[in-house]
Amino acid sequence: MTSVDTERTVRLTVNGVPRETTVPVRRLLSDALRHDLGLTGTHVGCEHGVCGACTVLVDGAPVRSCLVLAVQADGAAVTTVEGLARDDGRGGQVLHPVQEAFRECHALQCGFCTPGFLVTIAAGLEGRDPAAQITDEEVDDLVGGNLCRCTGYANIKEAVRHAAAAMGDAG
Amino acid sequence: MKPAPFRYADPRSVSEALEVLAAEEGATVLAGGQSLLPLLSMRLAAPTTLVDLNRVPGLDAVEVTGDGVRVGALVRHAGLLADRAAARVQPLLARATANVAHPAIRNRGTTVGSIAHADPSGEMTSVLALTGGSVAVAAPSGSGTVGWRDLFVGPLETSLPAAAVVTSAFFPALPPRSGTAFAEVARRKGDYAVCGAGVVVTLDEDRRVAAVRASYVSVGLVPEVHDLTEAVAGAPVEKADWAAAGALARTLVEPDGDLHASADYRRLLVGVLTERTLTEAAAEAAERTP
Repeated sequence: MTSVDTERTVRLTVNGVPRETTVPVRRLLSDALRHDLGLTGTHVGCEHGVCGACTVLVDGAPVRSCLVLAVQADGAAVTTVEGLARDDGRGGQVLHPVQEAFRECHALQCGFCTPGFLVTIAAGLEGRDPAAQITDEEVDDLVGGNLCRCTGYANIKEAVRHAAAAMGDAG
Repeated sequence: MKPAPFRYADPRSVSEALEVLAAEEGATVLAGGQSLLPLLSMRLAAPTTLVDLNRVPGLDAVEVTGDGVRVGALVRHAGLLADRAAARVQPLLARATANVAHPAIRNRGTTVGSIAHADPSGEMTSVLALTGGSVAVAAPSGSGTVGWRDLFVGPLETSLPAAAVVTSAFFPALPPRSGTAFAEVARRKGDYAVCGAGVVVTLDEDRRVAAVRASYVSVGLVPEVHDLTEAVAGAPVEKADWAAAGALARTLVEPDGDLHASADYRRLLVGVLTERTLTEAAAEAAERTP
């Protein structure tokens, strides 16, 4: 008989590190990341899938972590905003090109929505042909699922174009 | 904004899922969860038990034949959107799926779950109706097929018993000499549609309009199919008066008003979107008619 539980132990790989936590089954993945695993880079805004602030990668694909239960992520590989930067091999870190572009283009003000944008855009740009010039429609598609109340999006879209170009040059 | 406590099971087969559903009163099936989890977090729903289908093997296939497209219960919107074979047999699938929310939602949400959820502002309920589709249902009493007309009872309500799993949805193929189109008006890109329209135009062998059908999103309590043929029947495809079909559609629908749009505004959009989509679908039907 299938077990019916109120609590489960969840094992998942977060930013390349195996993690384990025991949670009530109603725990949202967003809360498990923040409260149980201490990764507060993932921000929680609306908690019903509208704002996009909590977006993380589950097995490489952007999903709303507030719309996934932690138990459903058992066995999955999760990437949060903390996992975007790379080690530089000298004990420091190198920002992801999208993070670098956000800084260059002043694509954030209060920063609350930024983790969701960064993760979504990074996955979107990594999934496309880096040699192809990014179109305005692609840019709109990449940012359309995330709400930002500060910037008016102009600088965020500029950062997407900037990052796409940087990733094209690097590729 | 957190779900009320519930119990959780992730069975490894449909029959195990049915056992749990039958044993746990007040249990609900969880698939993509992109509609269900918001309802739980807002405490608009408080099932005793969630029966998660995500670890049941064999439910994630899109099967394409000349007759149509069968979409398994765990096929994500993004998967269906990217399926070129499915789009060739029934182009409405990709056209409508592209309008479902945002990419991050489409990566997780399932097409079949969206149908079983029976939200009149969902795109895929409307597409199931417009294509004359059906769902395959497994229940403790046995499995069977339920046609779209018998499936939808009201907003978020289907005719299915509580202990049932929709294992797939079937969308019949686009008939010959036909074209389709789908369009929405939403307040922001990816939002629920204020109004959406899907249409199918079929021509006869002389390239005259033989049949015109439309189904709308966020209009009415359950998906319906409206026959608009009489407004343009027999007209050569290049000369058909699609505005007249739009005007007819406005007289047939019964939209409700809400915070986002009045009933009159929705009726206006039905006319506009009908004319716009029919023009596009007619051009495609003409291309497909030698």
